[in-house]
Order: sequence, then C-alpha cells, then structure tokens
Amino acid sequence: MQRVLLFLSDFIIPLFIVVILMAGLLNRRNAYEDFVKGAKDGLKTAADILPTLAGLMVAVGILRASGLLDALAGALGNCVDRIGFPSQLVPLAVVRMFSSSAATGLLLDIYEQFGTDSRLGRIASVMMSSSETIFYTMSIYFMTVKVKKTRWTLAGALVATVAGIMASVMLVG
Amino acid sequence: MLNFLWIFMILAGIVYAAFTGNLPAVTDAALDSAQQAVMLCITMAGVLAFWVGLMRIAENAGMMQRAADRIYPLLHFLFPRVPREHPACKSIAANCIANFFGLGWAATPAGLQAMEDLDELERERTLIQAVHQPYQKKYDFGSDRIHHVSIRKEKEASTEMCTFLVLNMSSLQLIPVTVIAYRSQYGSPDPTGIVGAAIVATACSTLAGIVFAKIMSAVDRKRGY
Repeated sequence: MQRVLLFLSDFIIPLFIVVILMAGLLNRRNAYEDFVKGAKDGLKTAADILPTLAGLMVAVGILRASGLLDALAGALGNCVDRIGFPSQLVPLAVVRMFSSSAATGLLLDIYEQFGTDSRLGRIASVMMSSSETIFYTMSIYFMTVKVKKTRWTLAGALVATVAGIMASVMLVG
Repeated sequence: MLNFLWIFMILAGIVYAAFTGNLPAVTDAALDSAQQAVMLCITMAGVLAFWVGLMRIAENAGMMQRAADRIYPLLHFLFPRVPREHPACKSIAANCIANFFGLGWAATPAGLQAMEDLDELERERTLIQAVHQPYQKKYDFGSDRIHHVSIRKEKEASTEMCTFLVLNMSSLQLIPVTVIAYRSQYGSPDPTGIVGAAIVATACSTLAGIVFAKIMSAVDRKRGY
C-alpha cells in the first residue's frame, strides 16, 4: 500500500507532463510557444505576489519571534484540554493556519517527542493533512484582485479548519 | 479586514515582545522574514513559470475545457451564478483538480487565474447595474455646483470569490503525500496508516466549508448581493 502510494506520488507529475504534451501534440499546437507565453505570465505572477508575501511573512515572523503565538497556543491549550483535545497539539493547529513550513517543523517535533504512531503523532498527521495555510492563501488570492473587504471568507475557512481538526481527533480516537 | 489583521499581528507581536524582552528577536525576525519571502518568491518564480507554461499548453489543447465540462454539475451546484461558458469555470476546475491530486504548486496559478476570472465576472455584473444608477449627485456649497460622483466603494469579495476560497482553504487533497513521506522518514512502521482517516477528515472539513458557504450565499442573496 505504502509502496504503491509513494510510487504513485513519484509518478504523477511526470505522467501529468506527458499527458499534457501529448494533448498539445495531438491538437497540432505549437506547444513550446504556448509554454513560453505561459511561463512569462507565471513569472509576472511571482513578481506580483512578492510584496504581499513579504508583508505577510514579516507579520508572521514577528508574531512567532515575540513568543505571542506560543503564549496564545498555551492559553488555548488549557481551555481545550477539558473538551478532550490534546493540548500538545494546539501550537500545531494554530501555526498551521499561518505557515506551512513552521507547521512542518512542529509536526516533526511531535514525531520525535511522542513517536509517529503514538496517538498524538497520528492525530497530528491527520490534522496536517486536512488543513491549509488559510491566512497565506487568503492574502495572496485577494491581493491579486485587489479586494479589500473579504466578508465571510475567513469565517468559512475557520469553520472548515475546525471541522477538520475535530474530525482528526475523533477519527484517531 | 486584511489590513487590520496585518496591523494587529505586527503591533501585538511588538507589544508582547516589549514585555517579554524578545525585541531583538523580533527585529531579526522581521528582516529575516522579508528576506525569506524574496527567496521563496525566487523559488516560486521558477515553479510558477513551469506550471503556468504547462497549463497554457493544456488550456490551448482544450484539456481544461474538457475537465471543466466533466465536473460541471459540481461547479454548477457550488457556483450557480457563474455561466457555463465563463472562463472562471475552467480555472476553478483546474484549481480544484490540481489540489485534489496534491499538485499544490500547479493549483496556485490556476487559483489566482480563477480569482481574476471571478473579478471579471463581477465587473460585468456591476457594469449592468451601473447603467441603471450611474452617478451620485453631490452638492458642493463652496463652488455652488452639483457634482456627479461615480459611486466607488471599497472593493468587496463577491459571493463566488468567498465560496471559492472557502472551498480552496478547506483542503481538498486526497492523499497526503508529504505527511506520508515525513512519517516514513521518521521511522514509522506504518506511514500510510493515516490515509483513511486523512481522507475522511478532509471530507469533513470540505463538507463543513461547503455547508457554511451555501448558508452564507443564501444570506447574500436575501441581502441582494
């Protein structure tokens, strides 16, 4: 099972490339020209999102370095312990919403400290798989269209994230 | 919203650091993070160039249209007000499919394109509205003249944008490949043991997101968005 999945994950991107190129060939398109035009747009996109990314990463960096994020997670941890949510996982749940790489660091800490297949390790794995970095995604996506008022997007993303976290805890048991 | 969130994050961090004596760390973090953002963008520039280039081939070969046609019933359920032939259908379909298969890097450019397409759709809509109520009259006492000011509000997210982003951020990935890789790297006897639970948990979060978005869309419709 694991072998098959890891093999598939190695295989899927090359397969994707082959399928797309074949489609271009069959449609008698100038695939190389299409690619170059697209790549130009891609580079433009990267340049466009850099300022947003810089702003957001600075804010998250400050929040983490100040220790406030950890303090918040600690305070939240005391509350959630009572409803059966393991407080050791609160930092991961909170940080996951801000930064994927920071969350990966926390996940690996949990693996090291408690083991990959302990209850905590399994819950953390499922949690990590069923959530996204919502703040990052939101700012990048809305900045590209210069939308200022995001209305109920954040609330919806939080509802989905909390549902995923609760499901992770209940499913692993 | 984002503006306040951003300001609040920085101010809260600095104030807290001042009390806990972490100010030097905060200064370092601010500069380091900005630098990291540039590094990340350089990495992303390459990846984006590659994926957007490939996607352009797929698009021109008609693959995106076929993909959008295939999942149209789903798209129509989620975005009833997006016309079938609108380009937003294609980019939303491409983003969801890429996310589903865990091609995160390919999903981002399609997602940004989807936002632009939805923005365009919104502009078409407001143009139609604008014909009916083009100007607001404002009387200027200083010059004793009536000014026609076009109504310009702060740009708001459309119902479709909110729905799309909630869906996108609820995590759609079927197989959590990176987590499996980390687990096997850290010596798990059963790295894929979490796949079943991960699929169900992802389904739960996506379902919750969709239900929330559906409820809010209904509220929006009542308010006349």
